[in-house]
Amino acid sequence: MEKVLMRGNEAVAEAAVRAGCRLYFGYPITPQNEISEYLSFRLPQVGGVFLQAESEVAAIHMIYGAASTGARVMTSSSGPGISLMQEGLSSLAAAELPCVVVNMSRGGPGVGNIQPAQSDYFQAVKGGGHGDYRLIVLAPSTVQELVDLTYRAFYLADKYRNPVEILGDGMLGQMMEPVVFRDPEFPPLPPKDWAVRGKGNGPRKWIVCFDLDPKGLEELNLRLWRKYRRLEEEEVDYVTFGCSEPEVLLVGFGTVGRILRSVVREGEKEGLKLALFRPITLFPFPKKALQEYARKARAVLVVEMNLGQMLEDVELAVRGEVPVFFLGHTGGVIPTVEEVLEYIHFLLAKEVRVWK
Amino acid sequence: MEVVFKRPRTLLKKPFTYCPGCHHGLAQRLIAEVIDELNIADRTIGVGPIGCSVYIYEFIDVDFVVGAHGRAPAIATGIKRALPDCVVFSYQGDGDIAAIGTSEIIHVANRGELITAFFVNNAVFGMTGGQMAPTTLVGQKTKTTPFGRNPEVHGFPFRLGECLSVAEGSAYIARVALTRPQFIRQAKECIRKAFLAQIEQKGFALVEILSPCPTNWGMSPKEAVDWLEQHMIPYFPLGELKVKECLSRETS
Amino acid sequence: MARARVIIDREFCKGCALCTYACPKKILVISSDFNSRGYYPVTVQDVEKCIGCGFCAQVCPDVAITVYRE
Ligand SMILES: Cc1ncc(C[n+]2csc(CCOP(=O)(O)OP(=O)(O)O)c2C)c(N)n1
Ligand code: SF4
Ligand code: SF4
Ligand code: SF4
Ligand SMILES: [Mg+2]
Repeated sequence: MEKVLMRGNEAVAEAAVRAGCRLYFGYPITPQNEISEYLSFRLPQVGGVFLQAESEVAAIHMIYGAASTGARVMTSSSGPGISLMQEGLSSLAAAELPCVVVNMSRGGPGVGNIQPAQSDYFQAVKGGGHGDYRLIVLAPSTVQELVDLTYRAFYLADKYRNPVEILGDGMLGQMMEPVVFRDPEFPPLPPKDWAVRGKGNGPRKWIVCFDLDPKGLEELNLRLWRKYRRLEEEEVDYVTFGCSEPEVLLVGFGTVGRILRSVVREGEKEGLKLALFRPITLFPFPKKALQEYARKARAVLVVEMNLGQMLEDVELAVRGEVPVFFLGHTGGVIPTVEEVLEYIHFLLAKEVRVWK
Repeated sequence: MEVVFKRPRTLLKKPFTYCPGCHHGLAQRLIAEVIDELNIADRTIGVGPIGCSVYIYEFIDVDFVVGAHGRAPAIATGIKRALPDCVVFSYQGDGDIAAIGTSEIIHVANRGELITAFFVNNAVFGMTGGQMAPTTLVGQKTKTTPFGRNPEVHGFPFRLGECLSVAEGSAYIARVALTRPQFIRQAKECIRKAFLAQIEQKGFALVEILSPCPTNWGMSPKEAVDWLEQHMIPYFPLGELKVKECLSRETS
Repeated sequence: MARARVIIDREFCKGCALCTYACPKKILVISSDFNSRGYYPVTVQDVEKCIGCGFCAQVCPDVAITVYRE
């Protein structure tokens, strides 16, 4: 299989086309513009549609319309653009429409900046818009994983009839790495008999994102809730790396996972027993696996490019059984291997002993 | 005996949920009649609003998609781009189309999106209880303009039809009322042309339908249609605002 | 024998009376008993005078009227 050197943003775009995405709607924003630039020539080559929308609000509702027809559709954005899409994402979740949203996140809040950050974790994982809903959230840490998770994103979106967010960041989008596009084999999906395509000779269909009857709306919410529980049973994914009984278990997602991998390796050289736990599915969050791994450690250290968002899910998973510490940078500042190691030394010397 | 008038096939046989004298039902009947006459029910997809006619899909017997308030034009764009052979129409109130969704409708018109939009202008936000709309007339009292709309504070009533007429991509724009039989005949003809503009790939089309809201205007149905004729029509003149006959387009 | 006939669906009618103003023969009146949804539906008072013009049905917002003509 051929390896090609590709930038993350272009790789996710190519993977989307190969996964069968035929419509893309989006509005330019740095640091993800290469996605739409790539699709603006690539989609027409396969008979698809690329349309630059007048705003992210319009883009996400174009997605709503196109997804209603059963087509595989995608949009991408960052920071302020993803914020504008929350109205549509809540609607898509309520209407149970599949779609893929790529967030190459940047520094916030507000317009923030265009540097890589992970400060959209809460927004992505906890719902973001109004109502009791969840997105499926996937967090790649390499360009290859970005490609592989793009295929999976379209599959999961269709399987669960739910929007999927690929939560990357500006670094992953801009990074060039060798990738292989291997068409994965997923189990067959049920036919999209819910899709609206004109009634033809059959019965008509409709897709809405409301139910004015309280009982009806509660029923919808319970159906969604069951779907999210099923996701937690069946779709959790994560990787671990390093010592099976570490002194410190490092937890980080996405690009931070790359840094923490180096920390584990460098730490070994210094005689530290470390391990990395990197969730790939941020929702569903790998609670059980993390809890079990954490039990074997003396302490957990969460590292994020924000001021402690996934930290809350880690704390919930660990349930106070092991002390949880945090190191974070935000606004586009990237944690370094050296400072993480230094902090680990500090913890082992000063903090952890107090706990255990 | 021959039938002079009967319910169109595509209008499902159930009572509307609108107030007595509300023209939402009348507008939907005309749309259903034209769908029948053009024989397009099998390939038509409607996009509904958030507003009093949020349940439009309960009445017109075609496929429907309803999303967030004001976003119908963007939703319709997504559907039409995915299924270019379908006939896609949106149906929106004045709050939906001319307040929260202004951006979406302007860009749909400007792109010459091949969709047909119906805009029910009743000069108030009906569903939320009669607050000021962008189309509320100067001096008109609403729940949020208790002393009447004052242009110095609230700005002027918005003529969306005229605004969209200047968009290069719009092919057909008309404003109609349904207060008398001859107006209704003309309205139906406009609705037909608005569908044809899409089917013949001429461009974006919109029909603005002036409509009474007796409930929120605080009037009887008869007073409301009289008020509409006396006050709305002079400010929102009826007629075809734009007819672009020879816009040539390539099939996408 | 009447030249034309109007049939009013009492359950669809909401008694808005718009048809009574549209009728050139002024033969439609609001009845004094209400339907199952609490509205006072319209009835035809003098069916012989109906000319089958269909104006009543055209202006009816609730599509409650069907009109026949010889
Ligand atoms: C984002 C959002 N803001 C506000 C509302 C509340 N809302 C529902 S319908 C409506 C206005 C309806 O007025 P109009 O579009 O004129 O329709 P009508 O009911 O008059 O036919 C508003 C403000 C909403 N549903 N969503
Ligand atoms: S509130 Fe007004 S617009 Fe809404 S159904 Fe009643 S009359 Fe019609
Ligand atoms: S058909 Fe004409 S004459 Fe007969 S009841 Fe209706 S409006 Fe009156
Ligand atoms: S116009 Fe229709 S709803 Fe109104 S009174 Fe006449 S029949 Fe009844
Ligand atoms: Mg209104």
